[in-house]
Amino acid sequence: MKSRLEKLKGTCVGIAGCGGLGSNCAIALARAGVGHLVIADFDIVAAENLDRQYYFLNQVGEKKVLALRENIRKAAPEIKVDAHELRLGPDEIVRIFKDCQVIVEAFDRADQKLMLIETVSERFPDKFIVAGSGLAGYGRNNALRTRRLGSLFICGDETSEVSEELPPLAPRVGIVAGMQANQVLEIVLDDLRPGSGDDVWDE
Amino acid sequence: MKITLNNSEVSMSGETFSVRQMLELMKFTFPMIVVKVNGHLVSKEEYDRVFVGDGDSVEAIHLISGG
Repeated sequence: MKSRLEKLKGTCVGIAGCGGLGSNCAIALARAGVGHLVIADFDIVAAENLDRQYYFLNQVGEKKVLALRENIRKAAPEIKVDAHELRLGPDEIVRIFKDCQVIVEAFDRADQKLMLIETVSERFPDKFIVAGSGLAGYGRNNALRTRRLGSLFICGDETSEVSEELPPLAPRVGIVAGMQANQVLEIVLDDLRPGSGDDVWDE
Repeated sequence: MKITLNNSEVSMSGETFSVRQMLELMKFTFPMIVVKVNGHLVSKEEYDRVFVGDGDSVEAIHLISGG
């Protein structure tokens, strides 16, 4: 039987979006020992991202995927990182994530989240998706949870939408990103299988 | 009719509903929702074409912006 570290080293995880969820989730997975990450984003690092995203002041103005690859390698020098600077649509998702066992949905907009879930479910029914939904504001630790629908896991409170009154803040964004990374580890290390027979509704 | 919605049994007065009608009746109010009927993902374009009837199992989760 493979050891935990061998299993993680042989795992490829896709990260769709390198903002608050994606950057923090990628770092957690790299530190935990995942051997190969495929990261994608079209954006550049802005000063206002530093309040919750895994970037630093000297990286403002750099492409997020390149800045994140640099930060991942500082934390985990052995890791392989494929960085794709592009806007992800269905075709790009199919092309760049085809070798990943699990895809982390880390987009900002809800319509993009749904696009990724529909694309992966249709084109890669055997791949797991770990999505984030509802993380704005502060407090309410116990409202954050993970629910499973077959090959899809959704982490978050499913209600807190980002707005001017309810901004995304580092602790809750980091918790949900950590929940996503934690779920990836469970999928890989416990050999979870897609399929709707074992959905979890634990409320 | 009785359906299972997110693992709870729900009684609805009527024989059959489209996915769109069912979501409205069950007060799913945000615009983006992941919907599965009997384990199959129903895309947004299919909301008026896919119907839910007695004994069906429906799962629906809101997708909320922020990431």
